[in-house]
Amino acid sequence: MTAPSDVGLYAGQHARWHWGEIAFWCLALACALIFPSRFLIMTEIVRLGLFALSLDLILGYAGIVSLGHAAFFGVGAYCAGLLALHGIITEPVVALVAAGLVAMAVGFLTSFLVIRGVDLTRLMVTLGIALLLEALAERYSNITGGTDGLQGIEMAPVLGLFAFDIFGKVGFFYSLAILFVLFLLARRIVHSPFGLSLRAIKNNPLRAAAVGVPVNRRLIAVYTLAAFYAGIAGALFTQTTALASLDVFAFERSADLMLVLVIGGGGYLYGGLIGAVIFKMLQEFFSDITPEYWQFWIGLVLVVIVLVGRARMYRWALFVPNLIIRQFGGGKAIVTIPESDAS
Amino acid sequence: MTSLFTILFDGVAYGMLLFVLACGLAVTLGLMNFVNLAHGAFAMAGGYVCAVLVNQSGWPFFVALPLAFVASALIGAALERALYRHLYTRSHLDQVLFSIGLVFMSVAAVDYIMGSSRIFIKLPSALEGQIDFFGVGIGRYRLMIIVICGLLTLGLQLILARTRFGSRLRAAVDDPRAAIGLGINVPQVFAFTFAFGCGLAGLGGALSAEILGLDPYFPLKFMIYFLIVVTVGGSSSITGPFLASLLLGIGDVAGKYYVPKMGPFVIYTIMIAILIWRPNGLFGRTATR
Repeated sequence: MTAPSDVGLYAGQHARWHWGEIAFWCLALACALIFPSRFLIMTEIVRLGLFALSLDLILGYAGIVSLGHAAFFGVGAYCAGLLALHGIITEPVVALVAAGLVAMAVGFLTSFLVIRGVDLTRLMVTLGIALLLEALAERYSNITGGTDGLQGIEMAPVLGLFAFDIFGKVGFFYSLAILFVLFLLARRIVHSPFGLSLRAIKNNPLRAAAVGVPVNRRLIAVYTLAAFYAGIAGALFTQTTALASLDVFAFERSADLMLVLVIGGGGYLYGGLIGAVIFKMLQEFFSDITPEYWQFWIGLVLVVIVLVGRARMYRWALFVPNLIIRQFGGGKAIVTIPESDAS
Repeated sequence: MTSLFTILFDGVAYGMLLFVLACGLAVTLGLMNFVNLAHGAFAMAGGYVCAVLVNQSGWPFFVALPLAFVASALIGAALERALYRHLYTRSHLDQVLFSIGLVFMSVAAVDYIMGSSRIFIKLPSALEGQIDFFGVGIGRYRLMIIVICGLLTLGLQLILARTRFGSRLRAAVDDPRAAIGLGINVPQVFAFTFAFGCGLAGLGGALSAEILGLDPYFPLKFMIYFLIVVTVGGSSSITGPFLASLLLGIGDVAGKYYVPKMGPFVIYTIMIAILIWRPNGLFGRTATR
């Protein structure tokens, strides 16, 4: 067997649908039936999961550390809000795509700034862009509503059929459907040759360039794509909560997002979704104990995760599933540690 | 013309303050290549120590200032030994996550202990009001800041350039491996510098309560300013961050005066433009090797 077909076989095996994945999505759908009274928080989780998926594309796959991913979330959120408020595009799905495209355009334009320089410069530039957009939104408060945010947004029914209800049932299924579609797209992309080249860039940009991967163009492409995803997540936020305020650009949003991805682990797409579930549960748990100071505990979780070491953490978390699989499957463990982000 | 001088003066005071706040960060980044977003937390600690001593215990302001330095330096030294040193070899992502975690914890902890409202430090009456200097009104407090920070900068420059410790530090920043090979105890140099930088931040925090405002969100609000100073100034010398802070201070004050509606927009734009133009900072190389 020649080397190229080896690589193809390996990639093909990884790209195949796994029963665990099917179980995951069935479980997600089942949640709607098991917890019919908790649609609102589940919608939040789905939204956060989509947002984390977007960060995973650039951080987990391409290795771009971003501290300002909320920039695109905010652009998407305000776009969706303005489109609905002024009745330009009333149909939610079309508005969603439009908002995503605007965020994508912003992402494309800023990607040229981000790919320059190394980690630290990237951190600064991404953070700077988010702060810049926040300052802009505050400056043009006649359009954005300033600190009060956009008010009186009324969403038309999805596809003209399903109207948003106060229990958030439609909102949840709508968000879940969007997440699933975008997840399929992301899955297809990361398993394509394009996705593989991104991993090569993440592992060693110099070497990737040496084997003929156009590093900068690939990074621009994935950054733009991630901006599209983040824009959609932001638009979903506006559509399901019917509000958009300045805090969509807040630094805390970007920082929390990092935590979500770190909890779940980057580089295998499900990390963001699992992280979102755990993060929201943690947040609920801590807010129950100390309503005002839950941030302290979130911070502590971050510090502990980093000090213990992410790779070790995942090994502990996967110990039980691996044990079960080993017992019943007889073969070697199928669930493996997600590629750690150690660079 | 008068307003121009006043803006210049306020800008210089603001810039000097930023320099004292951020120069510890420049060393952290330069020496250990450590991205410490929690630097502002040490500044906040110093500010609150000073506020408690002056407002609640009734200590004189000028006695509380050095104590703010000492308190922050001690906290910094303890954290460096206990936590930070394990992370020097980790990736930037880990360092960012860790220090964001610290920021969140410090914000919530201070909020819990001291309350969330802005705190003012009672100033001695000698520092209030203005001096009339050839028709230009000069705030006494700002004048004091310029004097203190100017002396500190001179002192730092002398320590770096003239003392044995300074040459060790410069050697370690330039090439840690070669410095270890020459028998310089780099971790020790670093621990000491880290604590000293935290102490300076604490002093800066105490001084800035009057100008920047001191509340639990201080570390988050000014994080970007510290980072701008360091990334724009580079870390090969202290003159780089010093000039960068002056530029930032004057730019910010002038921006707020002439185009108040644009808010912090001016500063962020300038920063992004500079980083695009020279990704390694205006003055020499940055820490990232």
